[in-house]
Amino acid sequence: MSGILVVLEHRGGAYNRMSWEALAAGQQIASASGQPLSAAVVGNDLEALSGELASKKLEKGYRVEHALLKDYTADGYILALEQLIKKLDPAFVVFPHTYQVRDFAPRLAARFGQVLLADLIGLRKDGDNFVFVRQLFQGKLNADYRHSGSGPCFLSVQAGAFRAESLEAGNASVETFAPQLDGGSIRSKPDAPFREAAQTVDLGSAPIIVSVGRGIKEQDNLPMVEELAQALGGEIAASRPICDNGWLPMERQVGSSGQTVSPKLYLAIGISGAIQHLVGMKGSKTVVAINKDENAPIFEVADYGIVGDLFDVVPALTEAVKKAKGA
Amino acid sequence: MKIIVAIKQVPVRDSNLRIDASGHWIDEDDLSYEINEPDAYALEEALQLKEKHGGEVIALLAGPERGSQTIREALAKGADRAIHIECDDLASLDTLGIANRLAAAIKDEKADLILTGLQSDDLGLGQTGVVLAELLGIPHATIIMQVEAGNGAIKVKRELEDGWFQHVEMPLPALLTIQSGISKLRYATLMGIKKAKTKEVRRVSAGDLPQAAAATVTLERVYLPEKKKETQLIDGSPKEAAAKLVEKLKFEVRVI
Repeated sequence: MSGILVVLEHRGGAYNRMSWEALAAGQQIASASGQPLSAAVVGNDLEALSGELASKKLEKGYRVEHALLKDYTADGYILALEQLIKKLDPAFVVFPHTYQVRDFAPRLAARFGQVLLADLIGLRKDGDNFVFVRQLFQGKLNADYRHSGSGPCFLSVQAGAFRAESLEAGNASVETFAPQLDGGSIRSKPDAPFREAAQTVDLGSAPIIVSVGRGIKEQDNLPMVEELAQALGGEIAASRPICDNGWLPMERQVGSSGQTVSPKLYLAIGISGAIQHLVGMKGSKTVVAINKDENAPIFEVADYGIVGDLFDVVPALTEAVKKAKGA
Repeated sequence: MKIIVAIKQVPVRDSNLRIDASGHWIDEDDLSYEINEPDAYALEEALQLKEKHGGEVIALLAGPERGSQTIREALAKGADRAIHIECDDLASLDTLGIANRLAAAIKDEKADLILTGLQSDDLGLGQTGVVLAELLGIPHATIIMQVEAGNGAIKVKRELEDGWFQHVEMPLPALLTIQSGISKLRYATLMGIKKAKTKEVRRVSAGDLPQAAAATVTLERVYLPEKKKETQLIDGSPKEAAAKLVEKLKFEVRVI
């Protein structure tokens, strides 16, 4: 058992950016452990994608190809990767922590008597093995984990935790791996992915976003935040629970299941900052957080913070903004 | 349709978390507990499916005695009965260990559908459901926003990233992990609370279930995250803080 195998993800003929971050994590393990790094891509008709794979610094690339892998199914991916992992016998298998990986990787790991160490934000060599860091309680605490026993160590890495820019270019040979699959073993039938009604709000291009979370407590309190957004000339957005409740339309949701934004100013009001939200806004140029809990994870990414009751702070802020604008 | 809903009890949101003396876990002494939020949505979906198709809803929980409270609440909302795997050692198990217990406790139930939340608010690993499906040898789908059942099969709406969705069909029995917000949560009625007292709770001692292999993954230490960004905290009364922040927005961020 040796080596690191990174499983890359793609959609619509292009690699998911998080795939390269997973590869960067794999590279970090490879250099710390002195073990070779390989990467695999799964699907059908992978010519173009495997060309790109060949341009990376890898011991080896694998294109795992089968007609039944054209569309993602958990059964198909698990059967195919199970065969590849048995053949390669790697010490580490690394994935990007995407929705798709969440769907199949825990089950794949269980086939090897293993547990997926999911959503890692860091790792480091410690003695003969590694310490893996992940978040608990929606980002309020960090935890160090260790893997023991025989069998490959399955890992998935959080979006943005490893830097794809650090990847080294190279010239890798890419081998085709044809898994044994039959249609009867794939139990689910997926339809083509779709988007709900066309988006009418493009938060991605808004220079100022005023975003509201659970702290607002009731729908009736929303106008207070809308007034601030208006005073600043910004778009209103929200964390998931607000949209789940139907208080604001889903298209105004920022986070892993909603929009990813990077405005000049992101003002987070009553948002604790669960990771699902942070991945959607941490690219903002300036983040301001207003929250009553000084330990809320949102302050981890905030440039400016006010620890206080939003019901006092927001109206005061609206007034101050209006005054500054001379309105 | 016979539906099992696996629910977890977690510290209430906004709990003031303190790390315990060993540094391995949080100090649980003064904490209050509640149902894991995505699991509440899984329960709601199960109750709605039962209302549409008939059948039975069974709540399944592994945990110490305090879990009884969360079970009672599930029964009060409308679950027909419950299974409580009594154990104090959850922290020493990994996902496989916990899923093994859940699988052993329900294998004779022969449920048509098993639902659970997509992840827990405490550990957030998001895999107990998926691993349970593996142990039971049934198909699964994750992060589900809609379920339609009929003719021994289900059609579900899976949430993908960036506002994308996908419909997936699969035969029953199957396991689904439910996304928060799939529908509106109900409250327990007074009648429901009364009825809950007479409903059956099957208590299973973890010691009577087959022992799983030793954990391959161990939690070594919990700690407060280090701040990566230097946050300028603005103090003063709300009015003073607001005025100072506007100065920053005007002269440093330059958005006013």
